[in-house]
Amino acid sequence: MTEQKIRVIVAKPGLDGHDRGAKVVARALRDAGMEVIYTGLRQTPEMIAEAALQEDADAVGLSILSGAHMALVPRILALLEANGQSDVKLFIGGIVPDDDVPRLKEMGVAGIYGPGTSTELIVNDIRAAVLGRG
Amino acid sequence: MLDIQAVLSGQRLALARLLTQIENQTAAGEQALAELFPHTGRAHLIGVTGAPGTGKSSLVNQLALHYRKDPQPKKIAILAVDPSSPFSGGAVLGDRIRMSALTGDTGVFIRSMATRGSLGGLAQTTAGLVQAFDAAGFDIILIETVGAGQSEVDIARLAHTTLVVEAPGLGDDIQAIKAGILEIADILVVNKADRAGVENTERALRSMLQLAHPGQRVFRHHGQTMEVATPEGEAETLWLPPIQRTVAADGSGLPELLAHIASHRTHLETSGDLARRERARLAAELDLRLQQALVARWQAGLTNGEYEQALAALAARHISPQAAVRQLLDHGKE
Repeated sequence: MTEQKIRVIVAKPGLDGHDRGAKVVARALRDAGMEVIYTGLRQTPEMIAEAALQEDADAVGLSILSGAHMALVPRILALLEANGQSDVKLFIGGIVPDDDVPRLKEMGVAGIYGPGTSTELIVNDIRAAVLGRG
Repeated sequence: MLDIQAVLSGQRLALARLLTQIENQTAAGEQALAELFPHTGRAHLIGVTGAPGTGKSSLVNQLALHYRKDPQPKKIAILAVDPSSPFSGGAVLGDRIRMSALTGDTGVFIRSMATRGSLGGLAQTTAGLVQAFDAAGFDIILIETVGAGQSEVDIARLAHTTLVVEAPGLGDDIQAIKAGILEIADILVVNKADRAGVENTERALRSMLQLAHPGQRVFRHHGQTMEVATPEGEAETLWLPPIQRTVAADGSGLPELLAHIASHRTHLETSGDLARRERARLAAELDLRLQQALVARWQAGLTNGEYEQALAALAARHISPQAAVRQLLDHGKE
């Protein structure tokens, strides 16, 4: 009767209110058989880390269109680590300048997706990253 | 593998991981539940059910906020259940959206869960997760069901106090509360009470209640209205569900709702209903586990292909389902 489900937090940190992208991704993950915990708009890094802890999430997907990723991402990664959850995979969708991508990956972001990315790619990446954990 | 002591001492990550193991029905999760069992039975379990869009999540949020405002704040666990997709098995669990106000309070723990194919408004493992919260020392466990229509009444078997949430203007006043769901209400909540039509909703609920509860039974007999007295001695033990208006968006009616919940708890304790409900719940769990264990034991005694042969004979209509059962059970014995 054992059933393993991938649990993913989908959150929108920061102050912009455009959540269509986050909803499209949430829906795609659902259709791929994952359990998506959708936390909604205007989430602080503390809210996101707390949700990841309580929900025992395997991955966190952030939708960031505001340009604040270089401030938000390190903060969220630090909180996850402080909670003992450094094995949680972090993904970002939205507007991220090419120059920032290598730095974000260095920090430990597992995937970064701009406009026009197929949801299939995101689904496959999340599944591979979560199932490939030690 | 699972650290029971860490869960008992209130470590949140240990609890979160235990909940996952219980939900996935792993051997480790089952073992942990067995070890935690002596520590359970202390929490007050409050179920919140009702049609989609009546404001269950917002109401749960307000209940938790009010319990935390108490001079001696209670530790609150929230278990929010949303449906799994019948096609992909995936789910979007959105109840946390309404509960942002509870962030940062370590006296509150919110967990979302998907039904994973279960139909009664809860998941198969909801009771197990509730037991884990209970053992971890939460005083009050708020269980929010999926948006329930008419027959999702499992919550009444699990919770001590069941709140059925209604709202004005959801089609016909009475649509969502025909048989089943109204009968399980210990407290009826008319949420969104600042909206037009709240009087109609409340009146409809009140007239339904008067039919359902013998304490206020009124008959029309040959054109005369006659009241039927409640049998002697029953009046004190009878709980008549109160109807409480609330506006979860601003917290109106919440202090009154908390008072109703407290008096229901008192009623459960003084009338002996608490012990009766607990016994019925444990009996149901024992029966279910016995069934599962017996089936597993019987399956282990089957020889290869025996089941498939019986099924093939059944499909060809050579034997009846009844005969197939007899055949399979007899073989298991040998």
